[in-house]
Amino acid sequence: MNAQPAVIAKPSGAQRAMRFVLPIIVFAAGLLAWELVVRIKDIPPYVLPAPSIIVLTLIKDWAVLSQSLATTLLTTLEGFVAASIGGIVLALVFNQSKWVEYSLFPYAVVLQVTPVIAIAPLLLIYLEQQTAVVVCAFIVAFFPVLSNTTLGLNSVDRNLAGLFQLYGASPQQALRFLKLPAALPYILGGLRIAGGLSLIGAVVAEIAAGTAGAGSGLAYRIAESAYRLNIPRMFAALLLLSLAGIVIYGVLALVSHLVLRRWHESALGKES
Amino acid sequence: MVERNASSAVEASLTALAVSLRGVTKVYDNGVMALGPFDLAVRKGEFISLLGPSGCGKSTVLRLIAELSAPSSGTVRVARHEGKVLPGHGIGFVFQEPTLMPWTNVRENVRLPLKLAGVPKAEGRARAGAALASVGLADFADAFPRELSGGMKMRVSLARALVTDPDILLMDEPFAALDEITRFRLNNDLLALWRSLGKTVIFVTHSVFESVYLSQRVVVMTARPGRIQADIRIETVEPRGEEFRTSAAYSDYCRRVSAALAPSYSEQSTL
Repeated sequence: MNAQPAVIAKPSGAQRAMRFVLPIIVFAAGLLAWELVVRIKDIPPYVLPAPSIIVLTLIKDWAVLSQSLATTLLTTLEGFVAASIGGIVLALVFNQSKWVEYSLFPYAVVLQVTPVIAIAPLLLIYLEQQTAVVVCAFIVAFFPVLSNTTLGLNSVDRNLAGLFQLYGASPQQALRFLKLPAALPYILGGLRIAGGLSLIGAVVAEIAAGTAGAGSGLAYRIAESAYRLNIPRMFAALLLLSLAGIVIYGVLALVSHLVLRRWHESALGKES
Repeated sequence: MVERNASSAVEASLTALAVSLRGVTKVYDNGVMALGPFDLAVRKGEFISLLGPSGCGKSTVLRLIAELSAPSSGTVRVARHEGKVLPGHGIGFVFQEPTLMPWTNVRENVRLPLKLAGVPKAEGRARAGAALASVGLADFADAFPRELSGGMKMRVSLARALVTDPDILLMDEPFAALDEITRFRLNNDLLALWRSLGKTVIFVTHSVFESVYLSQRVVVMTARPGRIQADIRIETVEPRGEEFRTSAAYSDYCRRVSAALAPSYSEQSTL
């Protein structure tokens, strides 16, 4: 999902600053309006907590919330790693053998289009809870890696492929020196989508699992707080999830940029 | 029918042929007859141009010689140097586009054929450096392809084709996308390299002027399916330089080659 255009008109310094300042102003104004409405209308926190109360709750409940955050992040990470490896390896296998691709690809699509929230309860019957949650994150996240990697492996320059053939490259050499580097921008694009999706998969599975315990994640905290009408904590947990998503995306985008900045068009527009 | 091996070296050395094609045809999978029957003999150390309209099978001839595709019938023979048993080592190929790997630097791009052949890294780097020096790009070994101009990229591509020290250099409209001044300069550099290295060059182009300027022989091809229309020898005082480009003999040859090429285009328009 390389949505950035290859060439961005070079923004002036002031324009550049505005791209950061304006969203922050909007955010601050929204928070202020929220705080004011809650205070003026005297809305009780169990209906709509003010931002200040959410922040206070976040600090007060940090022990519980941080532990849940760690649990959710670990699940996300496991799902993401599984999806990355699974997606890339499967795409490589598909690329080597058309027969395997024709046999298995429809099922990858079926897995992708079936809503994970509907699969999660079934998985919870057959698998241990933690495993089931990771599998959910995997199911949601692996398809973009698979399809992007496949696309990348098929986008190898025809003349370069001919050159490798001319110099008698073995299939392993062609894979290592040609196909994988050529597919890298696509793979990284797939991973960037997969990062956010594995968080979504983890959250969906946690909500479906819905059981308490030492290792319960943020999504479970949200569900639990809803039952207890602890609305400020709901918001606090939601805030953490949101931040986690942003950080995951940011880290993957940064990795992608660092890897590609010397050669790929998608990374050049921002610099030159 | 298809035969291609070095054991016919006896015959090759007798006639000193670098490449010989006999009765070669190429029919694509969709049934289109692209080439032939086509006969061509290229002597060792010769510089020949294949000239013809687009789609006449010029590039197909190069791909057949390079073993990138197989002929539908006929024989393709390529004389191979003793000891160069590794595939591709007898042949260097320059494509129409520079065809460089954008993810790695110029030196690694040039080293690629050696890397694929398992040449040790240090030796490969040294040879890549020498090949880059021969095309005047010694200072750009660490640059990435995107940092170079179109002409420089083409030089890198040429260096990569030369790095294995091939006997035969196949060039598929290599300078077609370059501006005229750059093309003239690269033409002169290519002639200088050819004189000093003594390689057999088969140069595909659709420019009459370029073919006459560069080659000892211009082979004019017909429209699809490509056959030989005319085989014109270009004789002048060597080494050629800018004065040849402005001489009366040069424009005379250009007129003759253009006249030989004209039927190929009228044929095409009636199809």
